[in-house]
Amino acid sequence: MRLEACNLFVEYQMRRSQQCILALQDINFVVEAGEFVAVVGPSGCGKTTLLNVVSGLQAPTRGKILLDGQPIKGPGRNRAMVFQSAALMPWRTVLRNVTYGLEIQKSTPTLAEHIGRGLIELVGLKGFEESYPRELSGGMQQRVNLARALATSPEILLMDEPLAGLDAQTRELMQIEIQHIWLQTKQTAIYVTHLIDEAVFLADRVIVLTARPGSVKTIVPVNLPRPRLLTIKKDAEFHHIQSMLWDLIEEEFKKLGEPGSEMLS
Amino acid sequence: MNQPIIQKQTSSARLNFYRKYENTILALGAGMAFLGMWELLPDMGLVNPFFVSSPSRIFIAAQWLFAHGLWHDILVSLSEFAIGMALATILSIPIGLLLGWYRKLNATFDPFITFLNAVPHVALLPLIILWLGIAMESKVAAVFLGAFFPLVVSVMAGVKTIDETLLKCARSFGANDRQVFSTLALPSSVPFLVAGMRLAIGRGLVGVVVGEMLASNAGVGHMMMLAGDTFQTDKLFVGLILLAGFGYLLTEILKYLEKHFESWKL
Repeated sequence: MRLEACNLFVEYQMRRSQQCILALQDINFVVEAGEFVAVVGPSGCGKTTLLNVVSGLQAPTRGKILLDGQPIKGPGRNRAMVFQSAALMPWRTVLRNVTYGLEIQKSTPTLAEHIGRGLIELVGLKGFEESYPRELSGGMQQRVNLARALATSPEILLMDEPLAGLDAQTRELMQIEIQHIWLQTKQTAIYVTHLIDEAVFLADRVIVLTARPGSVKTIVPVNLPRPRLLTIKKDAEFHHIQSMLWDLIEEEFKKLGEPGSEMLS
Repeated sequence: MNQPIIQKQTSSARLNFYRKYENTILALGAGMAFLGMWELLPDMGLVNPFFVSSPSRIFIAAQWLFAHGLWHDILVSLSEFAIGMALATILSIPIGLLLGWYRKLNATFDPFITFLNAVPHVALLPLIILWLGIAMESKVAAVFLGAFFPLVVSVMAGVKTIDETLLKCARSFGANDRQVFSTLALPSSVPFLVAGMRLAIGRGLVGVVVGEMLASNAGVGHMMMLAGDTFQTDKLFVGLILLAGFGYLLTEILKYLEKHFESWKL
């Protein structure tokens, strides 16, 4: 599925004052079907807002967001979201968490269970079908989170910093895992992260947003062969792209003028 | 001075046994001592058994009561309590969910709930008896009124603590309000419902007993009232022990439920 954003603006109305805060300003980009696109940018630049708009949870103030030429009017079964916190239901087993979306979309229980068991195996949790979320580690919970989004076979997978809460080692392993799964499913993927190396490792292209109000600063292509191994992070080309992205984001950090930003270079 | 760091293991097997069951032994000992005193002091003429009775007198009274219709009284009281509690629980869930979810409904009904939750519900008993008579119905209503409001307020609080991300997750799959209720709001308010049960059970028991004492023709409270009016202290104590036992049983069940649903909390 082809995703297109045209002159997208998103404003937030502040509760107390009548003031409006501009979160996204004049966003334009195209994500081709089957492409893996990462979104990076300084904190508070509206990365999550962008995902909310694509998922249909939030309407844009102005501009258009199109899926295969059709405007997005609300949540739909062709998109699914992987959340930053695993957001699992503590009263449901792993299997029933994974099949939650299918249940909402009224699949038959047998089909849902079949799909659920297959995905649990795909994300490497075979044997944990009947476990409860509290019995799983943070990394395993994120796998369930991922499997739940994959279960409804969305054409676009939206990921909002899904690895942010994990320790460094688990995160690297999960990056491999996400690439592995994506190579099998070949879904269109939009991946928000604040880690530049994660963006370069996973994405075909990296969208760099400016400081708030967020707009597209540049889009950087990553032409590294797949499947990528963790050793690619030591590659010269990888380093080149990484430092280029870092320079771009650094410029934005300086604009924010946050304490410490003068120390960056 | 060099003190030995590790103390020599001198404790005997008997001492070990005591340490292991210290709490039980102390509680049991105190209970036995109390019962012994209660039995002996009236016999020794130090206190008047007419006022304080004694374990053996209570036992005899209990035997007599069970042979003369106490089972019926227990059954009546239990039914009143169970029906009232069941009605309160079944109704408080949907009503609590709706009031917790829809701000306008909440604003509309808030004065009624605040008033009925604030008024001591036994004060409503004369009115209830006037409306429903002295048979079981009035006691069922008394239990219901006592239990319903703590439960509704708890469920409403539960709805307000629904995890924001889980809600976002449900919505992103396209869940409608009814699906959000059944798959998210209902299960996440269950631990709150169980917590509300504590207060509800207490108030429900008061409703049964006071209702029966005020106006009825059967029940444990009714039996106690009759016993009190005719100066039969022994029978009064039988009722008291029955009520205490029942309250204890319910508290234990509740403890188990709370433990079970603790892990459901977000």
